[in-house]
Amino acid sequence: MRLPQLISNSIIAFAVWLVLWSLAGRASESAPNGTTNSQASAATLVVCPRCAIKRLSDALREASAGAKIILQSGIYNEGEMTIEKPVAIEGQDWPVLDGAGKNQVLTVKADNVRLKGLVIRNSGKSYIADLAGIRVEGARNCVIEGNRLTDNFFGIYLASSANCAIRGNEIRGNAVSEVFSGNGIHLWNSNRITVERNHVTGHRDGLYFEFLHDSNILGNVSENNVRYGLHTMYSANNHYSQNILRANHAGVVLMYSRKLKVVANRFEDNWGPACYGALLKDLDESELERNLFFHNSVALYADDANRNRVANNRFYNNGFALRIMANANGNVFSGNLFEANSFDVTTNWSSGSTSSFDGNYWDDYRGYDLNRDGIGDVPFWPVRLFGLLLEEYPQAIVLLRSPFAELLDAAEQAIPVLTPHNFADQKPLIARPPWSKSQTSKSALAQ
Amino acid sequence: MRQIATLARYSALELARSWWTACYCLFFMVLAFAFFAFGEEPAQAVVSVLNVVLLVVPFVSIVMGVLSFYTAREFAELLLAQPVGRLTVFFGQYMGTAASLALAFAIGLGIPFVWYGWNAREQSGTLVALLFGGILLTFIFVALAFALAVRTENRLKALGAAIFLWLFFALVYDGLILAVIVAFSSFPLEKVLLGLIILNPLDLARILILLRLDVAALMGYTGALFRQFFGSPLGIVAASACLTVWMALAVAVGASTYVRRDF
Repeated sequence: MRLPQLISNSIIAFAVWLVLWSLAGRASESAPNGTTNSQASAATLVVCPRCAIKRLSDALREASAGAKIILQSGIYNEGEMTIEKPVAIEGQDWPVLDGAGKNQVLTVKADNVRLKGLVIRNSGKSYIADLAGIRVEGARNCVIEGNRLTDNFFGIYLASSANCAIRGNEIRGNAVSEVFSGNGIHLWNSNRITVERNHVTGHRDGLYFEFLHDSNILGNVSENNVRYGLHTMYSANNHYSQNILRANHAGVVLMYSRKLKVVANRFEDNWGPACYGALLKDLDESELERNLFFHNSVALYADDANRNRVANNRFYNNGFALRIMANANGNVFSGNLFEANSFDVTTNWSSGSTSSFDGNYWDDYRGYDLNRDGIGDVPFWPVRLFGLLLEEYPQAIVLLRSPFAELLDAAEQAIPVLTPHNFADQKPLIARPPWSKSQTSKSALAQ
Repeated sequence: MRQIATLARYSALELARSWWTACYCLFFMVLAFAFFAFGEEPAQAVVSVLNVVLLVVPFVSIVMGVLSFYTAREFAELLLAQPVGRLTVFFGQYMGTAASLALAFAIGLGIPFVWYGWNAREQSGTLVALLFGGILLTFIFVALAFALAVRTENRLKALGAAIFLWLFFALVYDGLILAVIVAFSSFPLEKVLLGLIILNPLDLARILILLRLDVAALMGYTGALFRQFFGSPLGIVAASACLTVWMALAVAVGASTYVRRDF
């Protein structure tokens, strides 16, 4: 084939592809997700300050079920708007829906609603009502994707909803106090919700879930919130993975829940008096695996949390790595790395806890391994006497880093009599497990 | 005054020529370089150095103070036969000994601090506090050493007493604090503890430096109260007054005994 021929052929091929692509695009536009069963005409309404339809509320009134509303750039200050039919609202060049600090902004009461590319700001604040930027009530199959929510009381609020996706939203609050502030993403009494790649900051709890079941919380970043990064109450069977919970009062707080999976998250810089990386209260039969706890005052706190599995996590540079109360029973800690923590494990005095340790790596371990199988020949007692004293007499903290405290610990390490006997790792690892090698460098932590 | 300075210079030189002072200086240099080079975080290196400083500086100061007093004994007797006041001789010796030890400490720790502190400027305030605290501790414990050494002819007895005194400040006192905490655990003890901490120069130095560091967050409510107190003008006055009083008291006891002593 000669060169001119080749060029002309490829131009024709490109033109054909272009036509097909634009046809396909139109086809997909006319049938938005989840509206297949509605008999609606595939109308698209365009709203902008200079269009025929100038107000979003007019478009919502006119639109038939399954319609698509394209909201072009502009500021829409229209009071509270309620969506009562399945429509998709798509913003172009970030149109602004402003609550003017008085009311809720968008309320969704219909199934199959899709919100994308909107800026929603200044919802009202109230001590009585939970005003939100976007509130979804009793709806199914909603998709809230790629929006920017700024300075709202609550950001996205789902009540009694199911099968929704909240994806890639940027949620920025201006919370100052815990008492008068709302949560970034608030899910109440909902099932099968996907919360993915959102960024939440400046709210009370970044992510707050109550009575949430069978949901997937993936790849979110929740930081600098005035209370918790992620808060879960009365929930079960949720999966939390690859989230980053940074510089909150507590990273993740899991309460009165069961069967949660918490995998490969990062809890970091939750630092200050009474700050926690993960706080478990009445959490049962859950799994915490491959998480990184870095620079938290207390990395993991377990109070009345039972039969959980804590495996292959890395606890690095925390004040207290584990605080396990006597009422936390049957938890198994295995394959974790404990490095450069001020205290590895503390517990109440004469703890009767039946939690156990098995095959962890402790940087304070001074044992030996004669048969070279990688497992230390003498057990490791991770509870230091001074740590034990602290749980009983918190004021003894004035002796932190004093030679006297070090002497107490040395004596107890030599002849353990006071530290709880079941809190011993019978098979401490001699070297770091291979999986941790990739992330030992400081630069890996700084990511 | 000039005589004091001359004498101080003489005894400082005497000590500076000693092999032990050089070792002392080198010890801190190696130690600080090692902690900064092998530790991952400058703040952790500071805490580790702090631990060693709080143990070693008082010990070396009190032991070297006693030893140098006895070493210079004959020379002091010779001097006292001259028209020189007893107080002058005492202060000259004290200043010389304390200053040379403080200088050795400051050089030993100062060089690695400058070297690494350049990269960790957010810690520079803490490094200065640590240097300053170590120097103050040197002056206090050399004063205590002289106060002990003046009272007895027996070098071993004085040395024993010095080591006991060091043990008391470094370990026993904290044990007593713990006993108080355990015995009165149902009472709000923060203010009592504050008083007890201020009374022991070693505890005071430790707390002042810990409060500047990250680990202060572990100290919870007690730490917050301490931070508030030591940040207030009253706290600063109380802390420096306490350190000064220890030094002044020890020097006064030593000097008054020296003046009345029969050589």
